[in-house]
Amino acid sequence: MLPELGQVALLLALLAAVLQAALPLAGAAGDRPAWMEVARPAALAQLLLLAFAYAALTVAFVQQDFSVAYVANNSNTLLPLVYRYTAVWGSHEGSLLLWVLMLGVWNAAVALWSRSLPLVVSARVLGVIGLVAIGFLSFMIFTSNPFERLLPAPLEGHDLNPLLQDPGMIIHPPMLYIGYIGFVVPFAFAIAALLEGKVDARWQRWTRPWTNVAWGFLTIGIALGSWWAYYELGWGGWWFWDPVENASFMPWLAGAALIHSQAVTEKRGSFGGWTLLLAIATFSLSLLGAFLVRSGVLTSVHSFAADPSRGLFILAFLAAVIGGALVLYVLRAPRLPEGRPFAPSSRETLLLVNNLLLTAACAMVLLGTLYPLLADALDLGKVSVGPPYFGTLFLLLMAPLVLLVPFGPLTRWQQEQASKPAAMLLPWLGLALLLGVIAFFMAPQGPLKTAAGVFAAAWVGLGTLRFVWSRLRASGRAFTPEMLGMVLGHAGLAVFVVGALLVEAQDVQTEVAMSPGQTMEIGRYAFRFDGVERVPGPNYMADRGLVQVLRDDRPLVLLHPEKRAYASGGQVMTDAGIHAGAFADVFVALGEPLGGDAWAVRLQIKPLLRWIWAGAFLMALGGFVTAADKRFRKVAGSERRPAAAEPAADANRPPARAPADDEGRADPRLPTSPLTGGEG
Amino acid sequence: MARPATLSAVVIGVVFFGLVGLLLYGVLVSDRADREALPSPLIGKPAPEFELPLLHQPGTLFSSQELRGQPYLLNVWGSWCPGCRVEHPVITRFAETRRVRVVGYNWKDEHADAMRWLEQFGNPYWLVLVDYDGRKAIDWGIYGAPETFLVDAAGIVRWKHVGPVDDTVLAESLGPVLDSLGVAR
Repeated sequence: MLPELGQVALLLALLAAVLQAALPLAGAAGDRPAWMEVARPAALAQLLLLAFAYAALTVAFVQQDFSVAYVANNSNTLLPLVYRYTAVWGSHEGSLLLWVLMLGVWNAAVALWSRSLPLVVSARVLGVIGLVAIGFLSFMIFTSNPFERLLPAPLEGHDLNPLLQDPGMIIHPPMLYIGYIGFVVPFAFAIAALLEGKVDARWQRWTRPWTNVAWGFLTIGIALGSWWAYYELGWGGWWFWDPVENASFMPWLAGAALIHSQAVTEKRGSFGGWTLLLAIATFSLSLLGAFLVRSGVLTSVHSFAADPSRGLFILAFLAAVIGGALVLYVLRAPRLPEGRPFAPSSRETLLLVNNLLLTAACAMVLLGTLYPLLADALDLGKVSVGPPYFGTLFLLLMAPLVLLVPFGPLTRWQQEQASKPAAMLLPWLGLALLLGVIAFFMAPQGPLKTAAGVFAAAWVGLGTLRFVWSRLRASGRAFTPEMLGMVLGHAGLAVFVVGALLVEAQDVQTEVAMSPGQTMEIGRYAFRFDGVERVPGPNYMADRGLVQVLRDDRPLVLLHPEKRAYASGGQVMTDAGIHAGAFADVFVALGEPLGGDAWAVRLQIKPLLRWIWAGAFLMALGGFVTAADKRFRKVAGSERRPAAAEPAADANRPPARAPADDEGRADPRLPTSPLTGGEG
Repeated sequence: MARPATLSAVVIGVVFFGLVGLLLYGVLVSDRADREALPSPLIGKPAPEFELPLLHQPGTLFSSQELRGQPYLLNVWGSWCPGCRVEHPVITRFAETRRVRVVGYNWKDEHADAMRWLEQFGNPYWLVLVDYDGRKAIDWGIYGAPETFLVDAAGIVRWKHVGPVDDTVLAESLGPVLDSLGVAR
């Protein structure tokens, strides 16, 4: 009974989405406030209905109702309770339901927190989100129904894919989905702005925290996926340029560019059209990612079974949403105001370069991901595009970006003498270079990559600190959450860069034969093999190795790599001993017995591995902290009445803004005051 | 003003329609029988050596050396994998032709589940190898189930298919390879 109710809830949610899209958009076009008012209740009703449907499917899993085909295919009676909750998103249909639920959450959040916008704008934003919801809901209802019955019901279900029975896998998809689908908000805003035919800085300010939060969640989702691949798949790598990884990385890159260009558009009015195009592109890439994973177009993802009817449906949806948005953009964007002019040496220029590099990196990943398909279509043979292509080009595109990062915050808007930030940063550049050179000569191996990693991280880190220092020294000027978020994001970049490059350069791996008492030294580490003992486990017999790890001749940790022979299947499983350290991961795995008491042992040291994920989490934190800045809400709130009464505020005219001008230093002679900015 | 706007419209249009066309092609060929996104780098190379336990004789290690001398079809499956159930009747029919031995490769599974699965659907396999932690599967480049390999008498990988096989795949893709190896019909 409950599954049928869930089914009905999905249909009603579709109805709510249709109402949410049709009435407010028509109302905004025909100036009927009553129609526009429908958007909010419709969005909230949609969330309630989706939450009910989701709960119904969860109950089916918990109660093990195998008459629901999806439940029977993805769980069985032995599945532990916690995995019954998470099995809901273990496969295509249920993960789509989670996806739609996340869309519902964003949708309701927008409905609740968009009252500061003029009614016509919030109605259009919600109407566009409603259109997107119609697409996903009908995709689910018509091609991938999670509530389909399986009659007669089997007594026992098939199990959840064992790879997914893992804590890392529990939170990875929800985080990723929140991020992916969150980009619907800047997208809907862009469409609303294009329909309106202008970009008001206040609306732009309203959109910024949404983009930052979505991007932060996407960052966490990607980092969790990378962490999971490292320890579960045990390949020792953390990024493989796999099509599925690329599918999530493309919107991430575009989103990073969008965060920066939105800041410019909000504060200076420049890049207005570009920001809208980027918002459309970011969400389009999210949709493309969903398409690639669910259509079976790229076979790397054959965990979601290929089904051409699904692929065609989602492609038609994709083409309609993106094509419609682009047609609107092409028709309307040329009429958008241009914003204030800026000199070649200014923060605007730096952010323009930032956007160009991030967009180019994104296009590079897109090309590499789709190239095998293109080659197949043009009959050029089967081609594989792998890490050499991605790694090399990505490094080339990101190197200038990393070099320019410290200049950004220290450079003034509109016009700056290039010598000023250069003079401020020169000593720190010297220090970073010095550290790089030291690293070059200290590195036991891979000196070039090590030096590059240390230099880049020190340069970005010190340059960012230089900004913090000058900001704190200038008394009376607030250090806003927005700035703190920027500092955290850039510091995260520094931490990530040094982690990624040092793991690449300094990874040590050896396989050796060891007898009891024997010691093997690798760099600062020494591994003493103390033999193997036989230990019975609950359902296996283990050969447990004793490996004492010493660092700088002091005991660090006693690792117990095991080789387990399971009583049931006779299968042998290797359980590596891993010591996760802030500065290095130590990894010991037991191989084969070699006769006598000797064993083959694999020893591995991965320096700064954890820094990769720590850097990603810092970046995500930066996004969240930025979004928490009161400026995004307070200002909009105080301007509520004039905004409603006089919605025709010209984007060309800088908005009356709170005093917190985002300037490193104040110079009253230069036109930093918004009121004297270049009008017209 | 008009010219740059037209130019950007043209660029956007070309990128958009190019992508849609390419993806449409991708969808249309996604169920093509001989579809294989990437050929395995193993094709034409020796199959990875292994020593793996047998599903029906736990504790016995079976070496890849023992498979030499005659070609065999290696079919990767798991009881958790819906695609494996789809292709199971096809594999069974193929095994009944006795053209080559069909070796099961039980990947990332549980012993009891695998045994029950074979009881329920039938066991077409000459023998079933067990790789529950998936370490050996990495040597084969297996990243999903089902996948199917053909290895010749000399231990060279000759053919690979990703995803469920059907009769068309066997007839049009595997068939010619078997003929070229001189395997009798």
